[in-house]
Amino acid sequence: MSNIQQINRRDFVKLFGLASSGIILGCTISSDKKEFVPQTDGKFTPNLFVQIQEDGNIILLASRSEMGQGIRTSLASAIADELEADWKYITVQQATGNAKYGNQNTDGSRSVRTLLEPMRKMGATAKAMLITAAAKKWNVEESVCKAENHFIINKNTSDTFFFGDLVVEASKVAMPAEETIKLKKVEDFKFIGKTLKSIDLKDFTHGTATYGIDVRIPNMKFAAIARCPVTFGTVKSFDSSDAEKTAGVEQVIALDRIVPPTGQFFGALGGVAVVANNTWSAFKGKLNLNIEWNYGDNHSFDTDKFKETLTARLQENGKVVPGSRGNVSAAFSNSEKIIEATYHVPFLVHAPMEVPNATAWFKGDKIEVWAPLQDPQTARAEIAHFFEIPLENVTVNVTFLGGGFGRKSKSDFVVEAVALSKKINAPVQVVWTREDDIKHSFYHATSAQYLKASFDKKGNVSGWLQRVGLPSITSSFKPISDYASGLELNQGFTNNPYDLDNFRLENVKAEAHVRIGWMRSVVHIHSGFGNNSFVDEMAFAAKKDPVQFHLDLIGKDRVTVGRSNHSFNSKRMKDVLKNTAKNAGWGKSLPENHGLGVAIHYSFYSYVATIVEVSVKDKKVKIENIWTTIDCGLVLNKDNVKNQLEGAAIFGMSLALFGKISAKDGAVEQHNFFDYQMTRMKDAPKIHIDIMDKMHEPPTGVGEPGVPVMAPAICNAIFNATGKRVRSLPLVDFGMV
Amino acid sequence: MISLSINGKSYSIETQEDMPLLWAIRDIIGLTGTKFGCGVAQCGACSILIDGTLTKSCSMPVSYGIGKQIFTIEGSSSNLEFLRKAWNDGNVPQCGYCQSGQLIAATSLLDKIEIPTDEDIDKAMSDNICRCGTYTRIRKAIHEAVELKNDAI
Repeated sequence: MSNIQQINRRDFVKLFGLASSGIILGCTISSDKKEFVPQTDGKFTPNLFVQIQEDGNIILLASRSEMGQGIRTSLASAIADELEADWKYITVQQATGNAKYGNQNTDGSRSVRTLLEPMRKMGATAKAMLITAAAKKWNVEESVCKAENHFIINKNTSDTFFFGDLVVEASKVAMPAEETIKLKKVEDFKFIGKTLKSIDLKDFTHGTATYGIDVRIPNMKFAAIARCPVTFGTVKSFDSSDAEKTAGVEQVIALDRIVPPTGQFFGALGGVAVVANNTWSAFKGKLNLNIEWNYGDNHSFDTDKFKETLTARLQENGKVVPGSRGNVSAAFSNSEKIIEATYHVPFLVHAPMEVPNATAWFKGDKIEVWAPLQDPQTARAEIAHFFEIPLENVTVNVTFLGGGFGRKSKSDFVVEAVALSKKINAPVQVVWTREDDIKHSFYHATSAQYLKASFDKKGNVSGWLQRVGLPSITSSFKPISDYASGLELNQGFTNNPYDLDNFRLENVKAEAHVRIGWMRSVVHIHSGFGNNSFVDEMAFAAKKDPVQFHLDLIGKDRVTVGRSNHSFNSKRMKDVLKNTAKNAGWGKSLPENHGLGVAIHYSFYSYVATIVEVSVKDKKVKIENIWTTIDCGLVLNKDNVKNQLEGAAIFGMSLALFGKISAKDGAVEQHNFFDYQMTRMKDAPKIHIDIMDKMHEPPTGVGEPGVPVMAPAICNAIFNATGKRVRSLPLVDFGMV
Repeated sequence: MISLSINGKSYSIETQEDMPLLWAIRDIIGLTGTKFGCGVAQCGACSILIDGTLTKSCSMPVSYGIGKQIFTIEGSSSNLEFLRKAWNDGNVPQCGYCQSGQLIAATSLLDKIEIPTDEDIDKAMSDNICRCGTYTRIRKAIHEAVELKNDAI
């Protein structure tokens, strides 16, 4: 339960350097455990601050990182709504990484769904205190007063107090008990459920937003690091003479690999760092290094061979996963018809537009860093651990993130910067080149999956077997596992939306030879692709309409209660599909060589259905239209949700059309955007987003749920247009782009 | 000593002549609005105008900018201001990182073509990657900027 407390103003000023007077409220909730993958349970720990100044300006603290998902605006608007604030007085300040703000890990599409209520309570508490202050000044009952647009109004006399004019009095008011705090009705919302533009728009359009790479500290150095092409390889020897002769280069320094301890942290790869007085010289000096490497255990890793290995393993039984039910073998032997298929997704990389980078200053007994981090507390704890500095002496400043997509949850690039700053005894900014980003990431896992289903005599689906092999995120943390974890399989594999009496999921061995991490939508990318591609194949085999087949397979209305406080409601799944089919004009006649494909997916507790229209000319696929409907419960910021879903469509297109990281002799083969391609303006289709009106349901995830449907919907549309079934991504491998 | 004119202001810097303009602008002069994305003229994050011509500053040396007028996102022009307004009206950016380059590329487009078609936009804007995927909003905002401009006349 949340516990609202008054923070000593001087402490607050000390923390954030705010000099003006005002009242400050803090809202703390008991600390949550660090989570490294999206959780099914929404136990959360927000700790947010509001400061109202005498001039009426309100500073709100954002505890979550801004990486394009609009969180600074969304969280602030929830407070402002309950506070009855005028938006023009609101500014947002970014919190440093510190456990007292609760869980700051910005991933898992969880910020709004876990923080909305505490934020609203914070606003409502501030409002209650302003009302108490006004009532005292007027010497009237509090019930006579109401808040409206930055004023407290005396309902009897119509007298008003500006919020800023109540600051002194409100500072003396005792914090009301939490149970007395009343939240607004949905019908009375002023900002929630409406559209507020990003509070950072002006900075974004003037080049004045400070990303990690824009941080400038007096006398700072710039550095680039050469890392072994093979994951976890080490430096055997190096010749730095050419690098040292490079104009602008000041030092060349070997960095050891920093191995993370059991079960936590990310460590750093190590390598050879080139320190210069500007970024370009560091990049150039790095190219002038001559390094001999010990490639280590992963030197023979070959993604083509690994794909063959995984595919071969799918022929044998895997470990049966809890959640399997009924008797699939019996269903298969009693069946009228059997279909089977095997699907592949390659390794992928996040490639945020802003490469990983961090500025660090090792000051002996203190460390300060500035970085684009999704999880600043882990970075802070990791720095304290590796450099043996008390946690309270480590300051982690969170900048804007030029995209995150999960890459910036991993703080390896910050650890590198601190290690280097310690060695050179100066502040230093480590900047990854794009090639570094593509070749040394924490990759989204590859997967192979085999699906087999049976139809009974009535044509109903009677059994479903799914074998999946994917290198686990847990392989990046000791003890290393060669199997996908339960947390990963619970992303769309154990909990697909279909009503299946006989269901068996089997987990197949898949070792990791690169660092595995999580990328936007995580394992849902695999489950969404396998499930939706296969259901489309089943519909074709059954000679049924794919939308109707999906609806039949989702089955009767039912509510499945899981471990989280969000239950799965099959009706909501069907409703988003019906709505999308209506919007797309499903069933309409299409131009020649055009096709429609459908996919549905339930992820991060949100329901998504997408229909894609493609045209195929001379074997080249063009995405013409995308219709997506989301049911994400209560919508905090409507246009922001729309923007996220539009972006997810493009992100999903990129991975379906182009996304592939391959390795030969242990080294990643791709380099930059010319061989790890992205969707561009010329490829961008018309995107039609619809949001279900569910303002009385709790909010669920938004940033990620739009991605998993894209690849299968595109491939199903290609099948509809051409009769050609794509079971292995990306399309560019088949000359289709 | 190299002299550069950026957004109408003159800067004298000491640096090697083969340093890409991007890094001279960001690290030596300190205008960080122009972004690094790929270093090989593939993403457009570093877009600037040199004597009015759209240029990937990561791939042109400082020496190329000598004696020319350089325009970056920190600058202001009539078309850029209409685009900024349209970007704002359309709530275009997500993370915002690529938007400096997008706005400069769009400025260059409007400088050349008064009323661009969708095809013109495809051609002019496809060098600029937005990983967040704001393309449909950028397209709409460019059309909107043209309307704002026409309304203002």
